[in-house]
Amino acid sequence: MNSFWVILTGALVASSCGLLGCFLILRRMAMLGDAISHAVLPGIVIAFLWSGSRETLPMLLGAGALGLLTVFLVQLLHQNGVKSDAAIGVTFTALFSIGVILVSQYTQQVDLDLDCVLYGEIAYVPWDTWEWAGMDMGPRAVWGLGGVFLLSLLLISLFYKQFKVCAFDPAMAAAVGIPVVLFHYLLMGLVSLTTVASFESVGAILVVAMLVVPAATAYLLTDKLHVMLIYSVIIGIISSVLGYALATWLDSSIAGAITTVTGLLFLLAFLFSPRYGLVVRAWHRRTMRWDQQTNL
Amino acid sequence: MNVWQLLQDPNTQWVLAGCILLGVSSGVLGCFAFLRGRSLMGDALAHAALPGVCLAYIVSGSKSIGLFLIGAAIAGLIASYCIAMITKHSRIKEDSALAIVLSVFFGFGIVLLTYIQHSNQGNQSGLDKFLFGQAASLVGDDVVAMIVVSATLLLLTTLLFKEFKLLVFDSGFGRGLGYPMELLDGLLMLLLLVSVVIGLQAVGVVLVAAMLIAPAVTARYWTEKLGIMVVLSGCFGALSGVLGTLFSTQAENLPTGPVIVLAATCFFLFSLVFSPSRGILFRFISFLKLRQKVLQDDVLQALYERMESDHAQMPYQLRRGYTVESLAAKSGKRAASVQQALSALHRLGLVEPAASSPTADSWTFTSAGLKAAYELVLNRRLWDVYLMNEHHYQSLSIDLNQEALTTQLSPSDLEEMLHHLESYNLTPKLTENNMYAGQLQTSKQGGIS
Repeated sequence: MNSFWVILTGALVASSCGLLGCFLILRRMAMLGDAISHAVLPGIVIAFLWSGSRETLPMLLGAGALGLLTVFLVQLLHQNGVKSDAAIGVTFTALFSIGVILVSQYTQQVDLDLDCVLYGEIAYVPWDTWEWAGMDMGPRAVWGLGGVFLLSLLLISLFYKQFKVCAFDPAMAAAVGIPVVLFHYLLMGLVSLTTVASFESVGAILVVAMLVVPAATAYLLTDKLHVMLIYSVIIGIISSVLGYALATWLDSSIAGAITTVTGLLFLLAFLFSPRYGLVVRAWHRRTMRWDQQTNL
Repeated sequence: MNVWQLLQDPNTQWVLAGCILLGVSSGVLGCFAFLRGRSLMGDALAHAALPGVCLAYIVSGSKSIGLFLIGAAIAGLIASYCIAMITKHSRIKEDSALAIVLSVFFGFGIVLLTYIQHSNQGNQSGLDKFLFGQAASLVGDDVVAMIVVSATLLLLTTLLFKEFKLLVFDSGFGRGLGYPMELLDGLLMLLLLVSVVIGLQAVGVVLVAAMLIAPAVTARYWTEKLGIMVVLSGCFGALSGVLGTLFSTQAENLPTGPVIVLAATCFFLFSLVFSPSRGILFRFISFLKLRQKVLQDDVLQALYERMESDHAQMPYQLRRGYTVESLAAKSGKRAASVQQALSALHRLGLVEPAASSPTADSWTFTSAGLKAAYELVLNRRLWDVYLMNEHHYQSLSIDLNQEALTTQLSPSDLEEMLHHLESYNLTPKLTENNMYAGQLQTSKQGGIS
């Protein structure tokens, strides 16, 4: 049963990240996802100190606010003439430093482990259960992640067309009257929520992996956005299952193993994707040359 | 313990020296990375170093700092090679490639780290220090190694300064000159990697990127010259190192790395606001000044044009003043801002309250003001003519960003344009000379030339 919960958690993380990651990749904001996942740390600590408990809601609010603040600051610096990559770098490292300092100052009150912040511990998920009306409702993380996943799914399917146009051609989106900035912040808000919900189980860096790697793999496999979304979710789920197996075999961090598996899947797609794979394209070139020679 | 006593402590001296060296070398190399648009590369390289450190431990079984750094450097090299491969051979863009390599390498590093921890071979407690860094644990040997490494870095950067400058600003031109740009790019990446690796121990994986970015961005605010920028950036890095170390020794349980990063961020924020040429404050002030000048010009023009049309109709009733309201209506501004502009112009000696006015609140030009307004209106109307017939004047190569048009024209072109202006009946007709004279003889040449 515990394995089931762990795999389910991993799959939920992978699915919600996979959905959002596609848009991040298309809008060339992969590193913004990285920045958000680091910068939510002070939000979590402040929410922790303020509410005095590990309740999910204040944490989601605190981290969501910090995530949006990050996006806002990056935008602000960019508007004031700082290159966007430097703006991202300065913002997230500053916020992360504040977070680390807060943790080390309030180390007695804050039951947060910095290592855990960075790479999470998904193996503890099944024991942190949520009791409601005296009934054991299963792990709290699963509920939190499930909620965030459903929210992302709902918003993306409701505004699919708007998100799509914004992702491919923001200028055209603005021209046809789509509030581009609103959708930008909506997407970033969802990314922050997902980051926080995944935080305890997989940690900051591995959220980035789940956000970017499955989506990039899917991007190598298809040219259609809706297919890409589906592939991305499927690849995420496959990696969480295989990653769990790898982790049990090696007796290592589950989240790290899941990331390693996504990396391997990406490598496979990079080499053997039917249209964009390195090996496949080399093969095509060879057969083409061969055809030419026989035709001559 | 006060700061002076602290500086006597040899332990603090080592830590301080280490942080200063880190600040200088990453500040200097960060400049090139920043200008090359590779600011986040440092972040990726730092994360990618983790599996290298773990593998070095697994292979050697010892906790030698030197081996760790070599392992980290090799892993970083592989990572930068992967990033280059992914961007070159697939349709994935550089930012996604960075994020992919960063997270996958780090994830793999975590797998190795936990594998080592769980397999319990010997004492592995030093390994996770690399995650967040521990400047306080820097000892003499580390600092000596850092001195050697950063001296080499600085020497190489100085020797190759011109080449790197080419690489950063115009690598295509450099290739044209016959420099091996690919090789130089690789070398720059290698130097960047080394500076990241020596930073790992002090500030850790996550924050080492900040030491590359923040000082460089800060220095960019104060100069336009690469040489000065590199020196400034090194100084900012060193200062952040000093401040961070000193602050973190003042309070209990304050980690050095994050404090150094926050110090660097404070320098950046200060420059962002107060830099004399690019700062927010400066640009806001010059924006306000510009807005005021435009307002004053508009008011001058409104007053001039009111006078001009009255003069055309009733040439003998001049020197009558014009009220704020009528000028506001003419220029389309709010009366309050017109009033403000008029008092500013009055201080400049360009307008004065009309002597023989029926109401107290009415204004007219001084003679200097009339001259200034004439120049202004002429310039603006010439611009109108130029823009209306842009195709006609294309050969003149006018800079649209300059304010004055007349200075950009040769006498014959000016003559032609004035002629053109006349044909629209737009020549400013009010000058000091004809102020009291009879109605101006308007020439009747019609038609557009």
